[in-house]
Amino acid sequence: MSVQEVKKKAPRDNGAPDHKLNLHPLMLKNYGKWKYYEKVRTGVLKRVAESGDVLYVVRAGSPRTMSVNVIRKICDIADKYCQGFLRFTSRANVEFLVGNEKDVKPLIKAVEKELGFPVGGTGASISNILHTQGWLHCNLPGTDAAGSVKALMDELYKDFVKEKLPNRLKISTSCCSINCGGQADIAINVQHHHPPRVDDKGVGVCEHPKVVAICPVAAIRPTTADGRPSLEVVPEKCMYCGACHGQCPSMEIRDAKTDTLSIWIGGKAASTRKGPSFMKLAVWGLPNNAPRWPEVGEAVKTIVEAYRKGGKPYERLGEWVERIGWKRFFEITGFPFTKYHIDDFKNARATLNTSTHVRL
Amino acid sequence: MSDAKKKPESIKTPLLDELTTGQWPSFVSDLKNLSHTKPQVGQLLGQLEQSYEDRWNYWQGTVLNVDGYGGGVIARYSELSERFPDIAQFHTVRIIPPPGWVYSTKSLRQLCDIWEKHGAGIMQLHGMTGDILLLGTDNVTTFDAAEELMEAGWDLGGSGGALRTPACCVGDAYCESSCFDTMGITKYLTDRFISQLHRPEFPYKYKFKVSGCANDCACSIQRSDMPIIGTWKGPMQIDQKEVGKFIKEHGADYVVNNVITRCPTQAITLKGSKEIKVDNDNCVRCMHCINVMHKALRPGKQRGATILVGGKRTLKIGDTMSSMIVPFMPLETEEDWEKLGDLVEKIWEFWGENGMEHERVGEFIERVGLATFLEGIGLKPLPEMVIHPRTNPYIKFEELAPGRMGGEPHKRPSVVDKEIETFEKAE
Ligand code: SF4
Ligand code: SF4
Repeated sequence: MSVQEVKKKAPRDNGAPDHKLNLHPLMLKNYGKWKYYEKVRTGVLKRVAESGDVLYVVRAGSPRTMSVNVIRKICDIADKYCQGFLRFTSRANVEFLVGNEKDVKPLIKAVEKELGFPVGGTGASISNILHTQGWLHCNLPGTDAAGSVKALMDELYKDFVKEKLPNRLKISTSCCSINCGGQADIAINVQHHHPPRVDDKGVGVCEHPKVVAICPVAAIRPTTADGRPSLEVVPEKCMYCGACHGQCPSMEIRDAKTDTLSIWIGGKAASTRKGPSFMKLAVWGLPNNAPRWPEVGEAVKTIVEAYRKGGKPYERLGEWVERIGWKRFFEITGFPFTKYHIDDFKNARATLNTSTHVRL
Repeated sequence: MSDAKKKPESIKTPLLDELTTGQWPSFVSDLKNLSHTKPQVGQLLGQLEQSYEDRWNYWQGTVLNVDGYGGGVIARYSELSERFPDIAQFHTVRIIPPPGWVYSTKSLRQLCDIWEKHGAGIMQLHGMTGDILLLGTDNVTTFDAAEELMEAGWDLGGSGGALRTPACCVGDAYCESSCFDTMGITKYLTDRFISQLHRPEFPYKYKFKVSGCANDCACSIQRSDMPIIGTWKGPMQIDQKEVGKFIKEHGADYVVNNVITRCPTQAITLKGSKEIKVDNDNCVRCMHCINVMHKALRPGKQRGATILVGGKRTLKIGDTMSSMIVPFMPLETEEDWEKLGDLVEKIWEFWGENGMEHERVGEFIERVGLATFLEGIGLKPLPEMVIHPRTNPYIKFEELAPGRMGGEPHKRPSVVDKEIETFEKAE
């Protein structure tokens, strides 16, 4: 019973484990009373409490999908150097919590040698990539998640272990057009290129009104096939979003031969400065080239290098592009601006330039 | 001979093997090691290899419910079960983590032991919602695992049209920017609404994400239906001695270029060569200056949270960000927390009653309008809720149209009936 009290009857509804039982003693003692931090090096922050207590937080990148063997190794290290307490971040980094300064170096060594995890991911670095299940365990994906993250992080490794960018850079990947990976400075998303193929036999088990209702552009309508109720899609209306596929597996949206990847940039969650922003299309039509997706890696690196060179301190990727203008962005990176970069869905008008402002 | 009869090593994965090189830790190497004790993991890699080769997915999905629960297990069935019989059923169990993802090694080891015993021994820390994901049980072991996990005090996470497992930033536990107890609130909301989390009864999913300040480390505005974000009233705390030190160390030009001109409302000015002045009435609490000069500047003393509502990712109407509904709410006492919970209940009641199937609360607000939504949940309209007042002149002024011609009382809040919406869509 290490997490909390247990209720006895089904459904037990135990609720959330008690964080207080899982907090490092220094975190518990100084809860809500932290004063400031200092950066010791990339990946290592010294947190100072009002009481004068000091906690070193050492951040390491994990692959997120881990065997119990690796997690036990993480625990061994935390038992040795962290009084048996650790934390994970929202981006699948492990944080080792060290109360004793002299333990920091040996801990880093253990993390790098025994786990093979790099220490970094803080401040103006590229943190671990948010991702979903992909081919490993999802029912809808057009590509993999953990594998493309591994391939990309191999390419971006030096920016994880050293803070060499204007500001933090967050990347996400999504393996279908539901885009579970979410908004990010750079996001890699699957793009479908055909309306769903309706399997007239399979579609019988789906709830037709629900499938019809889920389509954002009302492209699906009831029909009959071989005398039985089925569904059909108006191809001119359909925008290949795949919402119907999530609702009904017989509305197959994927196509291994034609699905591609596109890169979106400039998402930002924080309300700092001008506030949060959504990402915009930068590059489309990249091949879904497992197992290492080299074309995606190249395009991402082109964007990262341009941002490294042009961004001002504290400027996030999207803020940099907004300052220099999209025209310049396309010039610097060499990516073509095409008709597909012009929005045609909801709020499209709000994305047009309604002034005389141009950079000539 | 089917692949299943062979030793796991003999399932060839040349494409995946390319992911065992390079500097970033490889999940493939780890899972290969695991397959020595868990043969099903070898088969899992075999299927994944096939996906890499064909660029095609081989999982089918349904739901599997533990007694008394309407979610929390993500059931997967392999389409290649003839070749890989040990992963014919290969489910994920979602488990609620401690708020802020803090662990004692004791609790993590307990999870490992239970999952090694009943499952495939694969864990993901964590899923996109924030749950602990445990991979690899079948239609029998799922129940054994759930039973043992719950007996040990753990609980299943949410899925489907339910409250999803709330998530939060580290907050008070080690961050000096935190304006309230993010972990405490997260546990409070999870426990108070555990029934709504386990037994889906909403039009669609509902997510809370909790951040201690506007840096929004939980990405709540874009990733949740109801962000709760720390802020403060009154002046921020300034330690002018530290300001002086900062200016001396970095130079006045650095402060001008990276702090003063970057403030979104130009609320900061340089005062002499050693101090800064903040126009607190015009500070929008964006955190930028505090982030840069974190030893000199701190959030003010009267702290609380800003509440927004309606964020979600792109399906179906396109991305929506959450928008402001409560500019400031203290979150110090248990009573404050209860008030927040009561507001949540009001939202659920109105959205639950009027929301259409698969309609997130942000989509619902888009359909009925924020003003109607506010009326439905009993909140007053405030200028903080908009960037600017409306520009569209076609307005239904209720006060200026008394005694409707038909004579029937005007129904408020005025929401188009669900049936009518559905019918029109089908047309
Ligand atoms: S793919 Fe999207 S737009 Fe096309 S029919 Fe399905 S739901 Fe409608
Ligand atoms: S959101 Fe704010 S309080 Fe929470 S961890 Fe981030 S900086 Fe700290």
